[in-house]
Amino acid sequence: MNEPLHRSLGLTDEEADAIQEILNRPPNHLELAMYAVMWSEHCSYKSSRLHLRRLPTEAPWVLVGPGENAGVVDVGDGIAAAIRIESHNHPSAIEPYQGAATGVGGILRDIFTMGARPVAVMDSLRFGRPDEPRSRWIAEGVVSGISGYGNAVGVPTVGGETVFDETYTGNPLVNVLCLGLMPADRLVLGRASGKGNLAVLLGSSTGRDGIGGVSVLASASFGDEEREAEKRPSVQVGDPFEEKRLIEACLALLDAGLVLGIQDLGGAGLTCATSETASRGGVGMDVDVAAVPRREPGMEPFEVLTSESQERMLAIVAPDGLDEVLAICDRWDVQASVVGRVTEGGLLRVRDGIDGPVLGELPAASLHEDAPLYDRPRHPPADWEEARADAADHLPPPDDVAADLLDLLSDPSWVYRQYDHMLFCNTVVGPGSDATVLRLKHPSTGADTGRGLALTADGNNRWCAVDPRAGTAMTVAEAVLNLACVGARPLALVNCLNFGNPEHPEVMWQFSEAVDGMAEACDAFGIPVVGGNVSLYNESDGHNIDPTPVIGLLGVIDRLTRIPPGLVWGDGDRVIVLGSGGTELSGSQWAANTAGHKRGVLPALDYDQHRRLAGLVAGLVANGLLSAVHDVSSGGLGAALAEMAAVSGVGFRGARIHNHAELFGEAPSRVVAAVDPELLPEVEAAAAETGVTIARIGLAAGDRFSIKGLLDLDMSAIAERWRSAMSDLNSG
Amino acid sequence: MTAKVGVVVFPGSNCEHDVVEAVDAIGGCGELLWHKDIHLGDVDAVVLPGGFAHGDYLRTGAMARFSPIMDAVARFARKGGPVVGICNGFQILTEAQLLPGALYKNRGLKFLCQPAELRVESTDSVLTRGLAEGDQLNIPINHFEGNYICSEETLAELRDNNRIVLTYGENPNGATADIAGICNESGNVVGLMPHPERAAHPLLGSTDGALLLEGLISGG
Repeated sequence: MNEPLHRSLGLTDEEADAIQEILNRPPNHLELAMYAVMWSEHCSYKSSRLHLRRLPTEAPWVLVGPGENAGVVDVGDGIAAAIRIESHNHPSAIEPYQGAATGVGGILRDIFTMGARPVAVMDSLRFGRPDEPRSRWIAEGVVSGISGYGNAVGVPTVGGETVFDETYTGNPLVNVLCLGLMPADRLVLGRASGKGNLAVLLGSSTGRDGIGGVSVLASASFGDEEREAEKRPSVQVGDPFEEKRLIEACLALLDAGLVLGIQDLGGAGLTCATSETASRGGVGMDVDVAAVPRREPGMEPFEVLTSESQERMLAIVAPDGLDEVLAICDRWDVQASVVGRVTEGGLLRVRDGIDGPVLGELPAASLHEDAPLYDRPRHPPADWEEARADAADHLPPPDDVAADLLDLLSDPSWVYRQYDHMLFCNTVVGPGSDATVLRLKHPSTGADTGRGLALTADGNNRWCAVDPRAGTAMTVAEAVLNLACVGARPLALVNCLNFGNPEHPEVMWQFSEAVDGMAEACDAFGIPVVGGNVSLYNESDGHNIDPTPVIGLLGVIDRLTRIPPGLVWGDGDRVIVLGSGGTELSGSQWAANTAGHKRGVLPALDYDQHRRLAGLVAGLVANGLLSAVHDVSSGGLGAALAEMAAVSGVGFRGARIHNHAELFGEAPSRVVAAVDPELLPEVEAAAAETGVTIARIGLAAGDRFSIKGLLDLDMSAIAERWRSAMSDLNSG
Repeated sequence: MTAKVGVVVFPGSNCEHDVVEAVDAIGGCGELLWHKDIHLGDVDAVVLPGGFAHGDYLRTGAMARFSPIMDAVARFARKGGPVVGICNGFQILTEAQLLPGALYKNRGLKFLCQPAELRVESTDSVLTRGLAEGDQLNIPINHFEGNYICSEETLAELRDNNRIVLTYGENPNGATADIAGICNESGNVVGLMPHPERAAHPLLGSTDGALLLEGLISGG
């Protein structure tokens, strides 16, 4: 049963041969461990890189595109915004609290590594059905972990999404997005330069936590529970207080101009940080493993080099700046140790003592550039044609439309009440709306620019299960419309691509299709993709999750003079639908709820119509013409109307929605708006001018929620369902 | 003369810049003070801001009370200088025994970040001196440990001496007698769980917090 070492580290036989070829000799244990973590799926993107190249990444306002720690865009007034999204799915499945907490910690470091102060976090969370005990345990643990870490580290969690779907049983998705701001001239890149400069390790001591996290956890699927328990030591433990001090110390070092390059220690720990900074800068590095402060005695060099202990950064500094660096770190009680020096020649050498014996030696760039690149086989599922022919429109219509509508409702506030979403006093629109709106203040002077940033995170597994390509395009379109609903225009997109096992050709096909759908939509809307993260092997007990590309979209509001309308309508408002679409039910929440149906063909997306609608809505919002606005997405028109009624406490009297397909269909490019009757002519004129269809469908009023000929509900039934859907999670 | 408000930064504080911004916006001058300083300089008032001083490790505020600056804050308070603790700052003031009682975990055992309706109960404090008893304020809360507890004797003393400054309309956390804020005997030391700096700009939905901070910078 003696497995070769490389296999137990997660490397294939071919990969082990390639390493031997690079080194011209067999690697020792330490070297093999370093390759194993860096060539893992998580770090090397070996199955996905080939496809990601098809995404559009350029625009005049893009300062840094994919490949660095975060994407950076110019948002005007001398301010640059850094943005990134990352998954922490596998750790969160094993240990929900710490898995989610360290996910927040990791994404923050990616942002302040670029020189930006993190100002907002968003979470996109997906769990199995809430009536399943383990899924509830995971959901509650993840939310507590984000709350516990995010609140204490002092970065507001301003929005996100929480989705429950059977497909995530055993494999939850925890995607965390972070936005940071910096003066545009302070951009820092993670690279080393200058022979003789020093590599200084900042932050926590290094322990045995998270060893092999990227290869053991993130790049393999889940099996039985016993094995999951064995993986628990591979989950890192977070310390938000250490991270808070680390943020302040690093930003102070950057302000003082003492740092030549800086890199966070995340997946693959010190191996990744030293080799990345060296290879990006075209230099080498000597790393003194003995100088790394440790949490416990007896750690082997390979453990020190691959540990994923949290709250650590690697800064490259000039020798004559070292004293000042140490003084700033001391002020913030941040541990700082010189652990390496920059060399010429591109070799990463691990030594015992800076001039001591060499324990391992390899070309730094080989850990990245020579990483395997796979064009894995892909083909559509065998029943693809058959599935497309099976439209949800053929499902039996509901016995009770009202009951099916109520089933779609659930108040998400139990999640975001646990997050500090107001810190920094920027949050004009917080969680629970279509998109979050933040005031844009200059990061150095605090001066208010009078403008705003908008942020949304969106994913839809049902649409992508039906058709990964069209579903992904629709997800991008929905994000664009979410921004329009707060008066913003899109600026940059980041993505977190959560898929199943890439060794299954159907999964690789889904992945490739999703990338193409995203590329197509981004091209159509003129949105550059500035960063992303790929999470594969989201599979448990042989079951791959639905393809779930999650999108973070950053937008800008040119004049932020009033609070955008939000979902709350007033008694007497006219209710209209802007835009129009088909009544196909395939991919809808209703079809999934009633029959577990995720097949058929998605309703068509017309980019031109969608762009015109988004422009119209953003303009109406900016000019204060709407009392309330909500895009139509999951749950269709019915859910959009009922959600608005629920949060307003004001009913709806409507007509012209003739059947369940019109009520629950999720065709894109539609927005529900509530308008003061006196302003209605102006809104109708604006719609006519832009060629957008407008339909009057009813009145916001009273204490009933009724649609002529279809349903009639007391508002108390909606309020009760809204409140109680997550009732035991909602308590307290 | 512009009132200078010193805002103490402990490692782990996170609302310090928000307080400075809100103070500056109403015509005061906010200035950051470091927790290791032993003098307050020439400030006219002191704010201990919200956050997680020293990570809130051991117990909220338990370590922060030993930060060097706290001796100077206590001296300043004894001489009648206005000292306000917001959220974590309130927790620190109780640990430092500049205010009685303690802040216990919320009744629901969950963190709460949400708007709160408050009622002004007393105008005998540096925060509420410009307001009227019974005024309603809408100011957000943001805490895990905001459930105010104290002994029966302390509660009687607070009541008898008009030292309950603010109460919640709808008690969110189980606080004794709906208490959201209290002050010391002279009214110059105030602790409150709600965050006035988060309700000090029209785009944030309420400017009621500015009314409290105006009291702080308005001088005697």
